[in-house]
Amino acid sequence: MLLINCPYCGERPELEFVHGGQAHIARPGNPAECSDQQWADYLYRRDNIKGVHAERWRHTHGCGRFFNALRDTTSDLFLATYKVGERPPAQSQQKRATA
Amino acid sequence: MSQGLRTSSGGRINRARAVRFTFDGRELSGFEGDTLASALLANGVHLVGRSFKYHRPRGLLTAGAEEPNALVAIRRDAARVTPNLRATEVELYEGLEAHSQNRWPSLKFDAGAINSLLSPFIPAGFYYKTFMWPRRAWHRLYEPRIRAAAGLGLAPEHPDPDSYSNRFAHCDVLVVGAGPAGLAAAQTAAASGARVILCDEQPELGGSLLGEADPGASLGENGRDWLTGTIRALLANPRVTVLTRTTAFGYFPHNLIGLEQRLSEHLAQPDPRQPRERQWQVRARQVVLATGAIERPLVFPGNDRPGVMLAGAVRTYLNRYGVLAGRRAVLVTTHDEAYRSALDLRRAGAAVTIVDARESASGELAEVARTAGLTVHTGTTVIGTHGRLRVKSVRIQRLDAQGRAQGAPERIDCDLVLMSGGYTPSVHLFSQSRGKVAWSEALQAFLPGESPEKVRCAGACRGVFSAAAARRDGESAAALAARDCGHAVNIAIGEPQPVQGAGAAAPGDLPQPGGNPPAKAFVDWQNDVTSRDLLLAAREGFRSIEHVKRYTTTGMATDQGKTSNLNALAIVARQLGKSIPEVGLTTFRMPYTPVTFGSFAGYTRGELFDPIRTTPIHDWAARQGAVFEDVGLWKRARYFPRNGESMHAAVARECEAVRRGCGLFDASTLGKIEVVGKDAVTFMNRLYVNGWTNLAVGRCRYGILLRDDGFIYDDGVVARIAEDRFHVTTTTGGAARVLAMMEDFLQTEWPDLSVWLTSTSEQWSVIALQGPRARQVLEGLVEGVDLSSTALPHMGVAPGKICGVPMRLFRVSFTGELGFEINVPADYGLAVWEAIHAAGEPHGITPYGTESMHVLRAEKGFIIVGQDTDGTVTPDDAGLAWAIGKQKPDFVGKRALERPAMHSPERKQLVGLLTAQPHVVLMEGAQIVADARAIPPSRPIGHVTSSYYSATLGRSIALALVRAGRSRMGQTLYVPMPDGALAVQVTSPVFYDPKGSRLDA
Ligand SMILES: [Zn+2]
Repeated sequence: MLLINCPYCGERPELEFVHGGQAHIARPGNPAECSDQQWADYLYRRDNIKGVHAERWRHTHGCGRFFNALRDTTSDLFLATYKVGERPPAQSQQKRATA
Repeated sequence: MSQGLRTSSGGRINRARAVRFTFDGRELSGFEGDTLASALLANGVHLVGRSFKYHRPRGLLTAGAEEPNALVAIRRDAARVTPNLRATEVELYEGLEAHSQNRWPSLKFDAGAINSLLSPFIPAGFYYKTFMWPRRAWHRLYEPRIRAAAGLGLAPEHPDPDSYSNRFAHCDVLVVGAGPAGLAAAQTAAASGARVILCDEQPELGGSLLGEADPGASLGENGRDWLTGTIRALLANPRVTVLTRTTAFGYFPHNLIGLEQRLSEHLAQPDPRQPRERQWQVRARQVVLATGAIERPLVFPGNDRPGVMLAGAVRTYLNRYGVLAGRRAVLVTTHDEAYRSALDLRRAGAAVTIVDARESASGELAEVARTAGLTVHTGTTVIGTHGRLRVKSVRIQRLDAQGRAQGAPERIDCDLVLMSGGYTPSVHLFSQSRGKVAWSEALQAFLPGESPEKVRCAGACRGVFSAAAARRDGESAAALAARDCGHAVNIAIGEPQPVQGAGAAAPGDLPQPGGNPPAKAFVDWQNDVTSRDLLLAAREGFRSIEHVKRYTTTGMATDQGKTSNLNALAIVARQLGKSIPEVGLTTFRMPYTPVTFGSFAGYTRGELFDPIRTTPIHDWAARQGAVFEDVGLWKRARYFPRNGESMHAAVARECEAVRRGCGLFDASTLGKIEVVGKDAVTFMNRLYVNGWTNLAVGRCRYGILLRDDGFIYDDGVVARIAEDRFHVTTTTGGAARVLAMMEDFLQTEWPDLSVWLTSTSEQWSVIALQGPRARQVLEGLVEGVDLSSTALPHMGVAPGKICGVPMRLFRVSFTGELGFEINVPADYGLAVWEAIHAAGEPHGITPYGTESMHVLRAEKGFIIVGQDTDGTVTPDDAGLAWAIGKQKPDFVGKRALERPAMHSPERKQLVGLLTAQPHVVLMEGAQIVADARAIPPSRPIGHVTSSYYSATLGRSIALALVRAGRSRMGQTLYVPMPDGALAVQVTSPVFYDPKGSRLDA
């Protein structure tokens, strides 16, 4: 069970959260101008990253807010969590200290 | 029964307290402090089980959690039978009843042992090769036979009467294992002020030290004082939680460790109010693993006979439990450390011969052994053992300079064989933390390397085998852990000690004459895998160790190969001509040892398994004898049978009441969301398909919500209560996900909109009053509302009061009749319901349930989202295209509806079906075909979504999704059933009052 740092509430166990899929996929501003392929990409195409992945979480059983997170899919460690509308923080290559 | 193998003194048992127990009905006696294994051994019982595949007689191999053979069932009563417990971990209590497993009819004579004679015909992959064909025979013949012959233990036949507890805990430093490294780590971390949890699977702290005759002596200077002082200090420290009988069974992300604490298993009379086990989920800022090492067996022919044991286990039985496992022993070893067992046995009065496969043995311990007069055969291998139910002799043979078995075999009579092939560090938990292990050529072991988690290893689990060095290693690891938690550490933080190799020896099997793979040289005791099986797998082309594992089943038993994995790996590597690290290690998975299912369920069983949601009117319905059904977590009244009516009769009566008089329905479970704010109408326009701008205050509209892929997600009536306020209703099951979707769009796509969303599902009780007499019933109860059709027409909404209670009155109908839905604050729901019911009695008011509601709405062709839709249905498919706001530039799902596939004339569309035989009710979910004579499998063109008997129409009705359904009106289609195809006619989905004239009847 992950320990997730809600930007509004602090660290809480994963069972208070719902995963919301890949982050930073904006709904096209004028859907009528999208081609069918562009709309299909928006609906269905997602990355499957081995490494640092930007994803959405919602603190459903807490403040109810959506937020974004950078998580390393190989270690499950979070590099950062940040609010909707904010840019993802620059990724530090520093590893978390473990002996 | 005398405890014939018990020594006259010594050990940690309480000789003043005899404990009686039974094994397969035989009455025996041990002492307080014994395990079942040590007590059996004290009574001379070496034969404790039969092996899984060949049913070979098996004895105790180990003295700990890694035991593969001595699996027993412990029975307290009919409901409390626990199978597959390791006798080496079962603490003895007065009256304990133990049963051996996997034997029939008895342990000493087991009919399944015929498999042993057949073993040349049961090679690796036997089941895969033999039972593949014909396929049909698998289910009828092979599988039942295999299941009857296989299996470990029997499940209890009654529900588990015990309770299990769950607990979350947080700490700075979690220390797993209370041997020398773990004790030192816990003490060092605690001294820094850190909050510490120390857990150990054994009932007593000390770990491997408990197997020493003088536990403190091996710890170096002041070892004895340090040991007693440390244990006392840890138990007295309020910042330290010491958990014995507690197994750390799993390592989960972000330093969450699962602990299983056994609370009552060791008690003769557990308090029935006490939980049997408690599962801890510990979130630790830092973890120190001091999980020790497991001694490796040697692989030689006949190494599985009862009386062939690990050298360290024999030593533990002697020193800890005062049991001398044999009087004439042979030690087979490939390293010095095992000589300690021989020396201890010798001191206890046994005769010991040492067979050492190394060319020479010149270490300090070997010299001590020679000086003590023990015979040491170096450069010698074991080529066989004898004895049916207990080992009687071993056969040895000299190895030449090239390590080949040569010369005349020699026989040594004995009643006990000790073996030791070195130690395997227990990296199970470390590996579960996604830690990488690295092969150490010097130690011939996989050692912990890097882990993404905040974890350190200390002591034997990282190759620091000697107790004194492990103690220092534990101190270093804990000091670093405490420092990383922000605690000041008072001791000088030494660099972690370099790993030490006492007892290091190469894994694999002992050389055999002619270099042939020997028969019956076991690698995996629990799954009966021999070295020959592994070689066969390699010869048959299996290259990956993961494949070899699955093909031979090595390491796949309940012990997960604790004693076998490294030997198996070495044998396969040699055959493939690769090094051990090249072949790689199989994955370690939780649980470390089996964990009771009940402890995962914890308190969430029976009534606490899931929450139950009930409406304020629930108890009234229950008193009326309603039959309830589960809808999500809700309990909903399905029908109200009178005088033993069948459901069919009750539903017919309830429907007739609604169509002719009036019916009363509890719709409180409907989801309700209040959408408020100056941008509320914009929000609704963007989200729902409908146009909302022109909806006047005081009016309602049937709303449809799509996903952005264009398919129906939810529906419900939406009322405009004020310019900036909508009362949105959702399906009963959809309330939470609709609100989540609304929040998602509001927070992430349209954060500029000024809108607030509030779930009001449980704030409003909703009472549906339906039928031509509904207005008459309501008239005397309401204040401030004109109920006439001109003032409150169909799809109107009005605030007011009923019985003095504030109300939102909806003029809506899910039945097709004149209808009202009375929304009152939930606290008044029951009172208002009862008042309406009383007022309606002169009009024959009839409560009805969800079953009648379904029939009534199906007669009108109203869909239920999730029943008549399945996530692939567009509004047009459902015949609801009229609801879409045509002028809107965008709404969720609009763009997807424009994709060509959404306009295909071949899409499934909602239609009605009438069976040729009016009394036949179709099965919901049944498939529909165009041609009755088509030979299955023929491609279905649709399926039945709703199907009922309509008493109003005197016949059955059904809704269905059918390809190009609306172009098939009047056509005859077929529903194939086991007894033949049923003919159905395609019709409009509206079966009753298609003009809607009854809304104002
Ligand atoms: Zn939060």
